[in-house]
Amino acid sequence: MLEAYLPIFVLLGIALFLAIVLAILSRVIGPYRPSATKLRPYESGMDPVGDAKERYSISFYMVAMEFIVFDLEIIFIYPWAVRYKELGLGTFFAVMVFILILTLGLIYTLKKESKNFQISKSTN
Amino acid sequence: MEAPIISSYIILGAALFVLLNSAAVCVYAERRIAAFIQNRVGPNRVGPFGLLQPIADVVKLIFKEDVTPSYGNRILHSVAPLIPVTTALMTVAVIPFGDGLFITDLNIGILYLLAIASLGVYGVTMAGWASNSKYSLLGGLRAAAQMLSYELPMGMAIASMVLFSMSLSLVDMVNAQIYWWGIFVNPIGFIIFTIAAFAEANRSPFDLVEAEQELVGGFHTEYSSMKFGMFFLAEYMHVVIGSMLITVFFLGGYHLPFAGYYAHLLPEAGTLAKAILDISVFGAKVAFMVFVFIWVRWTIPRFKYNQLMSLGWARLLPLSIANFVIIAFILMMIHEFF
Repeated sequence: MLEAYLPIFVLLGIALFLAIVLAILSRVIGPYRPSATKLRPYESGMDPVGDAKERYSISFYMVAMEFIVFDLEIIFIYPWAVRYKELGLGTFFAVMVFILILTLGLIYTLKKESKNFQISKSTN
Repeated sequence: MEAPIISSYIILGAALFVLLNSAAVCVYAERRIAAFIQNRVGPNRVGPFGLLQPIADVVKLIFKEDVTPSYGNRILHSVAPLIPVTTALMTVAVIPFGDGLFITDLNIGILYLLAIASLGVYGVTMAGWASNSKYSLLGGLRAAAQMLSYELPMGMAIASMVLFSMSLSLVDMVNAQIYWWGIFVNPIGFIIFTIAAFAEANRSPFDLVEAEQELVGGFHTEYSSMKFGMFFLAEYMHVVIGSMLITVFFLGGYHLPFAGYYAHLLPEAGTLAKAILDISVFGAKVAFMVFVFIWVRWTIPRFKYNQLMSLGWARLLPLSIANFVIIAFILMMIHEFF
């Protein structure tokens, strides 16, 4: 069964090679005449104001954290979805309780973090 | 697992060739269809009907100057465009194009797909961060938030199809739809998956990652020449791959509708005629879905960020969980009591 993974590594090699060739191509063929103005970050023609690497909104971190929680919970559902007929009714109700807890967590998140997620009641 | 009729490495080469060229065809198709929708002519000067326009574009991009901003992180800035191109090409490894025509049939194909799709986020976020431009940073962060948010409903929609196929292999997924396509038994899942695929490909109406009016070019503001071209290439490859995944999960892959009922009329498995039929059916479905991607882009205006987040978290995710629970309940009851 492991030999099924071999084409994936071959594909990874080809894909990386293609990508690197594409990235280097224009550096080799195209002109290269840098100047201080050209290398400055683009800010609509004005001199850049401050550094871009300042602190940014906590809401992006919150989205990433919630994503990890829910993505892990969804991954737990996959093995059951593959074998649910053999596992029978008992496991079915166990998984339903699991999904119920997941849904309660989602409702809590939406109520609690609606400001951080920038979710407003009226979305018009 | 049956032995594929053609060596998987020949299919690998053909698939790479087709995928890279389909991106060019998509660019041409998009510009012509956009022009048609907006009552313009579109590119028609380079070659017959402007067909050589994508080649002219690529040549132009290669001969442009490759600028790396001096304030940014030079290594990450150069590595970032490699990631979306590589992950887009890697996805094709598990997609079945026809009966026995696949590069490899993993028994965890769906988990592989989800894993590779998640990696694409890194390229966009790295590009935004390493450029050290405020537009890029905002575009990159938005892209990360958007792609993460829409992966959840996408995962749940796939899980609801796994209930039908009872396998994580994409070949089994296609064969489970030989009688009834996924779209007929699971229409809500189809809608959720299609919307999530639009968001994952950063396509309009979810293209506020590169909203021109607010963020100039979004995460690729500071990219020029072929490095910009690589983001462009990756975007169109993601459109093609999104269409392939919609086809595999919901449109029956390479099967004609209700093919199981008249399978004796079709050419036998393993023959050349069957392979040609399979690839034509698969290609026609993918081409139609690519057209839908383009059609939607030039018809529907862009979302605001708060609308995007509330659609993902407050609408699609609960809907996809409810859809999964209802389908699981019905299938379980049928299995236990009938």
